[in-house]
Amino acid sequence: MDFEPSAEQQMLIDQVRRFVREEIIPLEAKLDPDASELDPADHARLVEKTKGMGLFGIDIPKEYGGPDIDIVTRVLLAIEMAQHRAGLYVPCYGTFGGAGLAQIFEANEDQKERYLYPTLRGEKKAFFGLTEPSGGSDPARAIQTKAERKDNGWVLNGAKIFISNADRAQYGIVFARTDSSKGRAGITCFIIDSDTPGFHVRRVVHTLRSSHYATELEFKDCWVSDHQVLGEVNKGFAVANDRLTRQRIPYAAGCIGVAIAAHEMAIEWAKMRTTFGEKLSHRQAVQWMLVDNEIDIRTARHFTLEAAEKARRGLPFKIEASIAKLTASEGGGRVVDRSMQIHGGMGMTKDLPLERWYREMRIRRVGEGPSEVQRMVIAREILGSNLR
Amino acid sequence: MSIRLRLDKPWRPLMAEEIARLPGQLGVYQVADAKGAILYIGQAGARAPFGLRSELQRELAERGPDYQFRVEVNQQYRTRWFELLMVHKADHGSLPPDNAKNPPPNLGRLSPS
Repeated sequence: MDFEPSAEQQMLIDQVRRFVREEIIPLEAKLDPDASELDPADHARLVEKTKGMGLFGIDIPKEYGGPDIDIVTRVLLAIEMAQHRAGLYVPCYGTFGGAGLAQIFEANEDQKERYLYPTLRGEKKAFFGLTEPSGGSDPARAIQTKAERKDNGWVLNGAKIFISNADRAQYGIVFARTDSSKGRAGITCFIIDSDTPGFHVRRVVHTLRSSHYATELEFKDCWVSDHQVLGEVNKGFAVANDRLTRQRIPYAAGCIGVAIAAHEMAIEWAKMRTTFGEKLSHRQAVQWMLVDNEIDIRTARHFTLEAAEKARRGLPFKIEASIAKLTASEGGGRVVDRSMQIHGGMGMTKDLPLERWYREMRIRRVGEGPSEVQRMVIAREILGSNLR
Repeated sequence: MSIRLRLDKPWRPLMAEEIARLPGQLGVYQVADAKGAILYIGQAGARAPFGLRSELQRELAERGPDYQFRVEVNQQYRTRWFELLMVHKADHGSLPPDNAKNPPPNLGRLSPS
């Protein structure tokens, strides 16, 4: 497969690269190093710019008004969008818009009217409620939040953790066990309005990521009607699983973008910095670190574009998505670590974005399925699905 | 495992001598009136030259004496600051008066147990 960008793709890449360098990075220089939000006026102005570029709502399907950009091109652009301090978790501070949660596109027409269209118009935000204190990597077994039949609806009781945006969202997609005897065939997906009695955002969960925090949720006799079931009862696991697989590709792209930015900083610094009478770039120890960075980036880029290309063609891409997520998150972490080493003391400071990338990149080896789970997925594919 | 949501350290007088003893680290702080009513919840981020000490010196210069403060050194100053604001809003129905003049955009809501 040839992953060299086409002329049209290169034009879009250049457009986004300019946007990041001319619009985002200068604003970011004035923000707190851990900030994840632009001033609302700046945000609104930049949204108008991305709309003018024809790139707003880049992940929204064409039939819902999106700009009809294929997934390979979206990956190439996502790599560019991540190349600034907050870029790993808040690429371009959300000024390119978002599609909301992919699952909501599978909703029925009534649910689309109430949730999907307001989300696409920017009137509603959503959260994705899967992980629980009992675990997140094995939702089929770990989900203990229960939904029990009552009064033409369901009563939810339980807890979720590491849920982003739940304190700011108007609704969320929540997975609960509706049949405890059926394992993965006993999970149902619900749409929960944030103002539903019994729904509580209990606390902020503080992590290495010092902004764009996660929260802990509690469901206490939280009643919802049958109209809030997304898809079919007891078929929620497929909804969760599909999302987890698809999400791995853009997740990998973000890691690659940050790795490229860190690597470029390290190259520039190595050419400039003199120690013991010689440029760092003349020292083999530093050259080899830069070479290893280059290899990690190229490897991750290749596997991520391979996964995207398979998805674009409508081919199975589960194994490719896992390899992409694994190589990008692990390789990206190594690249940032080496780049900090090359920068010496300055690399540890909040004056440079490296320390934020280092902390946030560490989360990437766990988020959206840890490295070990990706290896399990790959092992099952190559050894057979009965492997335990 | 106990998780402390609220900042409940003893109040200290907002005076130059007290502030001089503060660490130059990142963190969050609260300023209250003489009766202990919280007026402002702030953060000392990496742009503050001497972290909490700089921020409280600025508070003293702007407010003058007769106020109280308390601090928490915290590397996760951003998320802790959001958390304290949301907890205050949940407890009191509104933000502290000086935060309400310029509330952070998109502040979420918590219902702490």
